Amino acid sequence: MLRSSQPLTGPNRKRCREDETLLGTILDEGERGFIIDTRSAQAAKQARMTGGGTEPKSSYPQWRRLHRPLERGRPLQESFAKLVEACSDPSLSMDRWLGRLESSRWLSHVKAALSTACLAAQCMDREEAKVLVHGAEGTDTTLLVTALAQVILDPSCRTLAGFQGLLEREWIQAGHPFHLRCAHSAYSHARLKQEAPLFLLFLDCVWQLSRQFPFSLEFGEQLLLSLFDNAYASAYGTFLCNNEKERSLCKVKESTHSLWAWLNRPEEQQKLLNPLYSHNALVIWPSVEPQSIQLWQGLFLRWIRPSQHLDEAWAEIQRLVEEN
Amino acid sequence: VENVRLLDRLSSRKAVLGTLYLTATHVIFVENGSETRKETWVLHSQISSIEKQATTATGCPLLIRCKNFQVIQLVIPQERDCHDVYISLIRLARPVKYEELYCFSFNPKLDKEEREQGWKLVDLNEEYNRMGVPNNYWQICDVNRDYGVCDSYPTEVYVPKSATAHIIVGSSKFRSRRRFPALSYYCKDNNASICRSSQPLSGFSARCLEDEQMLQAIRKANPGSDFIYVVDTRPKLNAMANRAAGKGYENEDNYSNIKFQFIGIENIHVMRNSLQKMLEVCELKSPSMSDFLWGLENSGWLKHIKAIMDAGIFIAKAVAEEGVSVLVHCSDGWDRTAQVCSVASLLLDPYYRTMKGFMVLIEKDWVSFGHKFNHRYGNLDGDPKEISPVIDQFIECVWQLMEQFPCAFEFNERFLIHIQHHIYSCQFGNFLCNSQKERRELKIQERTYSLWAHLWKNRADYLNPLYRSDHSQNQGTLHPQIAPCNFLYKFWSGMYNRFEKGLHPRQSITDYLMAVKEETQQLEEELEVLGERLANLQKSQLGDNKVKSKQQDQSKQLRLSTSNNSLANTPQEYSNDLKSFPSWSPSQGDEEDSALILTQDNLKSSDPDLSANSDQESGVEDLSCRSPSGGGCLPSEDSGKDSDEAIFLAG
Repeated sequence: MLRSSQPLTGPNRKRCREDETLLGTILDEGERGFIIDTRSAQAAKQARMTGGGTEPKSSYPQWRRLHRPLERGRPLQESFAKLVEACSDPSLSMDRWLGRLESSRWLSHVKAALSTACLAAQCMDREEAKVLVHGAEGTDTTLLVTALAQVILDPSCRTLAGFQGLLEREWIQAGHPFHLRCAHSAYSHARLKQEAPLFLLFLDCVWQLSRQFPFSLEFGEQLLLSLFDNAYASAYGTFLCNNEKERSLCKVKESTHSLWAWLNRPEEQQKLLNPLYSHNALVIWPSVEPQSIQLWQGLFLRWIRPSQHLDEAWAEIQRLVEEN
Repeated sequence: VENVRLLDRLSSRKAVLGTLYLTATHVIFVENGSETRKETWVLHSQISSIEKQATTATGCPLLIRCKNFQVIQLVIPQERDCHDVYISLIRLARPVKYEELYCFSFNPKLDKEEREQGWKLVDLNEEYNRMGVPNNYWQICDVNRDYGVCDSYPTEVYVPKSATAHIIVGSSKFRSRRRFPALSYYCKDNNASICRSSQPLSGFSARCLEDEQMLQAIRKANPGSDFIYVVDTRPKLNAMANRAAGKGYENEDNYSNIKFQFIGIENIHVMRNSLQKMLEVCELKSPSMSDFLWGLENSGWLKHIKAIMDAGIFIAKAVAEEGVSVLVHCSDGWDRTAQVCSVASLLLDPYYRTMKGFMVLIEKDWVSFGHKFNHRYGNLDGDPKEISPVIDQFIECVWQLMEQFPCAFEFNERFLIHIQHHIYSCQFGNFLCNSQKERRELKIQERTYSLWAHLWKNRADYLNPLYRSDHSQNQGTLHPQIAPCNFLYKFWSGMYNRFEKGLHPRQSITDYLMAVKEETQQLEEELEVLGERLANLQKSQLGDNKVKSKQQDQSKQLRLSTSNNSLANTPQEYSNDLKSFPSWSPSQGDEEDSALILTQDNLKSSDPDLSANSDQESGVEDLSCRSPSGGGCLPSEDSGKDSDEAIFLAG
């Protein structure tokens, strides 16, 4: 699986030999690959007007392009804000709750993200084909898809250590602009142009996987909540800046502590582990039917719903497993 | 009928070829595969509707919808055969006499005494005693011993000490269907009680001295409070409309010391339509999130569930926190009243959250108090307007509570699902007819078997591993959050999408934890045995004793490999684009996975929901095939073992 940003085809259908060669060498003779473009066909076409575009079939004959539009940017932030609003609206009657939930569209985005990641995984696992994923910049929906696909495909990404590695690789080092994207979260009225909860969407999707495969992830909800918190506001430098270059310039590694170092301390790790975990060597294929995708109550209703009884249940589960 | 195809709802690719059989009690589809021969059994009583769809090139589609939400899509090659099947099923699914029902032919091979014992498992007398009655305030009343006062009530009910026979009879004449106020639940800690009845025949201005005295008697039976609540579970408008028909509700001016309260739960017709709409959403092919959520909201289903729950919460609060008795009624006092009283009882008393207690609760508030099972669930062919998912809603309320309080119930989701299944299956006699009187006339207990005994026998499958009677969630009343709480109500895909395995988490936490618990227990026992042996060894100091202690004590080692993932799951169709591609993966991909599900071992405990009781009935001699596990020990659908469990317990 590869990722990139969009090719700069532009309105004049520019070509680039080096790019074509690069993509050509990846595939063997006669082999076909898939390009998953996280923009709609129309958006991708329109991108040409501003210098971007898609890989023309003629120049990249062995690659077949699939469009899977995933929401990002301002609309995604709006979706997030609407959802949070609906969750905390005390006047909302049962009559209207589902409608409000729906009109935030958040769960639709979760469904789309999971479906696309599954598609990428399916290409690799079932079709045994290589996959290139890109959107426009290659820093948002692209990373969402590649990271999620790896959780689905690769059991080592489902271990605590492996998941941290995945985050480092596919989000932090790959250059997801955390500083811009995770500035204010949902309550702020300032609708910053660059703000968007892609990382949260990723965490939500991982949570959906953990719900559907309760034994297959070595970590639990607590880790995901912790990551969410730290992406927006952290005592650690892990999620600072927008890319490795900036981190280097700001001397992040020299002047801050790493979140991973903290999380991996034995006392902390204990809280993050899933007592039901058991190594699952296979691919985990989630159901993306609407009934299978649920609101991540632990996050969106974190301060609203009583968690006591659920916490007690988890304590009980822990106890049962430990006793054994 | 041969060469029939069974389609899969979610994946239209997965059609299976097989043979369709119709017997006196079941529809059976047997797959053609040489190794597997998976069978799908459907009881006629479960069939809710049959739809013949337009003939296509591939044949005539027939859609069978079941009351337990199973949907079977068949394609029959010849139009004439399809028509025959259709006509036959219509007749078979609409029995006219009780004797046609499965329970009269079902034979679990128990002797007469076992059958009797089975019926005695749930004893309401014991239950009332457990509650603490009869006592100084409540007495048993046998004025209805020949059903002379109210034919939908049981022969014995509990009434306040100060309610004389005269008062009871007088009150019954002033109540719809003669259903006078009677005790449903008594709280011995504070003497508050929940009583139930039907609506008074008050019209606009009618009064009845005895009825007013009856309510006073209820009040007096609770010295701790100087008033009682009267809760009418109907919407105010409906109740008011009833006045024009000479019925209505209690006027606070006429009944001294009552506080009257409407809690609007809609009627059976609204609920029937609500369920219908929700099932339509479930039948959508590849719905978007939007389709689903809007559809669910438009059905109003969760709103109704919440309304029932809210009513139960109100009553539980009145009893537990205020110490005030409550009289509950709706119109006839056998639908919403039953729902609300049983939810309230469940919240109040941890006993009803045990397996046995739950059975008792249903026997008490639903069976004995004359809920019209026959009319509501269509045992016999009857008026479609009487059909309504009343008890289904109650069962769902229980599930919603289980989700909110995971440690508070001794039983698990499967228990609820199987009870619902059997309310419609008519395999057992508990839920036949409309009243105790009718059941006694038909001699149900002598001619059929009790579901409770059957479930109890298999109770290991129905336990909730997180339940501990000493857990804090089980001391006293449950307090569900009141507001905000909309989000607490979830769509119950385990029930309404029960047969779509692909939708559910592939790994069952409940089954795993039960296995863990069992193993822990076994290990502890082993430890004890070994400990004793060690102590004995230490006592006997003879050195040349070759201690052959190396035997495997119990070789039923449960290896808890949840990750015995030879059961790989299959991707659903995430994309239409891939279909047009030649698939280079070993094409045994999908078949392999489905074949895994149907291996011999798994078949023993294969999806029991679909292969019901194939061996345990007497009416199937003419069947040319038998259930693959053969013999009499196939767990029926009630064993609740599904294919995942076989993996977990692979020893």
